[in-house]
Amino acid sequence: MAGVVGVSVAGSAREQGRTALPRVPALAVFNYFLVGYRRTWRAGVFSSFLLPVLTVLGFGLGVGAYIDQGVGGVRYLDWLVPGLIASTALQVAIGDSTWPVFSNFQWIKTYFAQSAAPLRVADILAGHLAFVMFRVLGTIAAFLLVTGLFGALRSPWALATLPVVTLLGLAVAAPTFAYAASVSSDSWLAMLFRFAVIPMTLFAGVFFPVESLPDALRWLAYATPLWHAVDVCRAATLGVAPQWSIVGHLLYLAAWALAGWLLALRAFRRRLVV
Amino acid sequence: MKRFGDFTAVDGIDVEVRSGEAFGFLGPNGAGKSSTMRMVGCISPPSGGELRILDLDPVRDGPVIRARLGVCPQLDNLDPELTVRENLTVYARYFGISRRAARERAAELLDFVQLTERADSKVEPLSGGMKRRLTIARALVNEPEIVLLDEPTTGLDPQARHLVWERLFRLKQQGVTLVLTTHYMDEAEQLCDRLVVMDGGRIVAEGSPRALIERHSTREVVELRFAAESQEPFAGKLDGLGERVEVLPDRILLYVADGDAAVAEVATLGLNPANVLVRRSGLEDVFLHLTGRTLVD
Repeated sequence: MAGVVGVSVAGSAREQGRTALPRVPALAVFNYFLVGYRRTWRAGVFSSFLLPVLTVLGFGLGVGAYIDQGVGGVRYLDWLVPGLIASTALQVAIGDSTWPVFSNFQWIKTYFAQSAAPLRVADILAGHLAFVMFRVLGTIAAFLLVTGLFGALRSPWALATLPVVTLLGLAVAAPTFAYAASVSSDSWLAMLFRFAVIPMTLFAGVFFPVESLPDALRWLAYATPLWHAVDVCRAATLGVAPQWSIVGHLLYLAAWALAGWLLALRAFRRRLVV
Repeated sequence: MKRFGDFTAVDGIDVEVRSGEAFGFLGPNGAGKSSTMRMVGCISPPSGGELRILDLDPVRDGPVIRARLGVCPQLDNLDPELTVRENLTVYARYFGISRRAARERAAELLDFVQLTERADSKVEPLSGGMKRRLTIARALVNEPEIVLLDEPTTGLDPQARHLVWERLFRLKQQGVTLVLTTHYMDEAEQLCDRLVVMDGGRIVAEGSPRALIERHSTREVVELRFAAESQEPFAGKLDGLGERVEVLPDRILLYVADGDAAVAEVATLGLNPANVLVRRSGLEDVFLHLTGRTLVD
């Protein structure tokens, strides 16, 4: 609303205050989310362990009992678990990037408080994204522990799923941040689950091979970031080679992450620098 | 117009905020006070002209300047889920203050705003006045050279307002530059060394509260209330009494140098008002004179 403006404000007459800036400003933002998480993690940790136990029992052993020959000679439970690792990472990453981001603009207004401090928009964004990655890592570590105890991880390469799901988390969280920062009402957030998360979980090779899909749908599955993570995770826990090249998969996820980061940065700037 | 050391509002009027002073932006809603504050806070880039804060360029040095500013926004944006103390320590980390130093600073500030007893309670159940004090404490966490306060006492009860004023006065004594917006005239008179009155994006007056009262009002104001349907008929008879006569629906205001003398004169005119009040002229009289009595939305 302002046209021509020239402002000058002089500092205090007393001794100059501190001018130090945090060495890694995004870490200070990450710390904020961690402090809040300290109050709620107990409730979350229970479900982090319960969820894999239930899915292993229900899908792996329950449904698996009807699939005698497994998938391509692999026991259904063992085939399914890496898919669930990737899809759980997806759900945590998107869940933690929707309402929390929306609320930090609309309800609690944390981002506005942070932008008054010596943080840049990129620091605020990176700090919150780092926390979402931390949540993804924690959830998947619990998942690995439980499924490992069930004997569903066949190779020590299973540990490699941790960096893979972190990259998947970033690839889906970053564009979700952009989306949550741009929508005007939180009812748009539920649409994301209905039209992106649930279809992806069902058709991107988590529960059955994408080869069983008709051609058009199969290519849609290939386009999702989830399928690429599923293929790498499956190769890791089974200790076999993936269907596609690992580098290709990781590059595809990195492209999503980069594009998402740029979109989120633009959306955040629009809200915070006005 | 866009010289260094000058402030230009929407229409290009200059003001400079000096070191260690308390400077106020007064104006009705929508006068452009809050957007001015956001520009001074280096959050909102100006669409034109020159902006200098602490002798630095906010567009280039935003974070460096913000490290030396304290900002108390119009609406509290504390984290309701965190404790009172955590709101301060977490915020201190944004300024690169170490964990230990942040804890010490938080304790000092909670003492300063009288919230030590609530240090470990969540923010959610606090009263409006307590939240406001906590927001002010948070704005001081980095020992700022300039503190920006956007309507610091709006919505507070009288006790809470006076406590906030007293704390802000102590900051001013410590030499901190205060920049505040308000539409409370008593607040401006209490706190501001100098102020500008904004209206419709323009600056309509500038000076110390005392100078503004002297320039735009008289020393005293006599309020006369006549027991009649309309005050209008009486106004004509009062013409020429004092510097200015203002007729309101329910009373007549006489702007005069000597209130008691004016009251005596009203009596000699044979007028018999139902109610007479002689008071000192205040910033509110200046404000209403300059920005008009029409409601602004």
